[in-house]
Amino acid sequence: MVTEGEIRSLLSEVCDPEIPVLSLADLGVLRGVEFLDNEWHITITPTYSGCPAMKTMEDDILRKLNDNGIKAKVHLVLSPAWTTDWLSESGRKKLKEFGIAPPEDEVDKSVLFSAPTVVPCPKCGSRDTKMVSQFGSTACKAHYQCRSCLEPYDYFKCLK
Amino acid sequence: MKNEALYNYVLRLGDDSLILGQRLGEWCGHGPILEEDIAMTNISLDLIGQAMSLLNYAGEIDGQGKDHDALAFLRFENEYRNAILLEQPNGDFAHTMMRQFLFDAFRKPLYEKLLDSSDQQIAAIAEKSLKETRYHLKHTSEWIIRLGDGTDESHQRAQKALDLLWRYTDELFFETEEDLALVAEGIVPAMKVIKAEWSKTVTAVLAEATLNIPTNNWQFEGGRRGVHSEHLGYLLADLQYMQRAYPNMKW
Repeated sequence: MVTEGEIRSLLSEVCDPEIPVLSLADLGVLRGVEFLDNEWHITITPTYSGCPAMKTMEDDILRKLNDNGIKAKVHLVLSPAWTTDWLSESGRKKLKEFGIAPPEDEVDKSVLFSAPTVVPCPKCGSRDTKMVSQFGSTACKAHYQCRSCLEPYDYFKCLK
Repeated sequence: MKNEALYNYVLRLGDDSLILGQRLGEWCGHGPILEEDIAMTNISLDLIGQAMSLLNYAGEIDGQGKDHDALAFLRFENEYRNAILLEQPNGDFAHTMMRQFLFDAFRKPLYEKLLDSSDQQIAAIAEKSLKETRYHLKHTSEWIIRLGDGTDESHQRAQKALDLLWRYTDELFFETEEDLALVAEGIVPAMKVIKAEWSKTVTAVLAEATLNIPTNNWQFEGGRRGVHSEHLGYLLADLQYMQRAYPNMKW
């Protein structure tokens, strides 16, 4: 019989369909791997409620495990709610190398008016950047631009 | 049904999210600037995601095997329980932002209080949704101030939107006798608590935006009882077309 470690190692090859450099574990979306009643139960949580990638992630997990002769079910849980704190260190590094600025610590969102967070440019490292929009190419990203090298880039926004 | 009051309550939350999400999605490809087009569709997606969780849970309480799709696509107009505010047409950008702001300012304190719900599934949905709703309220508050305290034209349009939409706001705080039992059980907060929070946010932001709260306080209601404005039918025709024309179709 396969072990949990082997399952996790197989799942480390399943990546976010939108950000293919990140595995689901790097992203913090993979919440649990458990063996119960003769099959494996994989638990995942969405980054945002309406994340359209969840179904693809579920299918990708099942395909990976079924291709290796493993029977499994995928469960979606909402609580505890996903936070960017669950993004692994290696995940943050991979994001930056991919050209997406990783989350910075931000002020509490319940404060209605605050200056946008300084997000260093993932290309040139300059801190002279501006927020173009709080909402970017996907629900989990904001849109920034570097004033030094003019690069427009995605920022994986902080969610706590 | 094991708890009809809870079903009705969750259905209202789910329908609010669904109908506003659908309305906002109409801006897709029509936003005044690209960034705002993306922002509105992002918010729409969050709302539809929340609607999925809420309607799934309503279906679970109902216990007749209906999932979010069945509830979203296969009910008649008078079975929807959303507030009339949310089915109002988009109008211009100021109108859309004002409708969204008045709703976000209501949803945020509601989710904050639902975090403490003794019903675990409601608390979980609130925990997930609150993080998104905070972003939405921040976004719409900034726009209301920018429009209200902007040019003569933007001020005039924002004020007109407020004058037209104010009459639908009281209905957000609709509460039945059955709801009060849920309040007593610690499942949901009392609406007077939410209204106080809402008033605080709305008063502060509108003052900063130099906009005046209408003095005529005549209020519409009906959506919570399934009696809607003429606009909902057209919205549902769009929303439900595919499932009505091709039952059970999938892609």
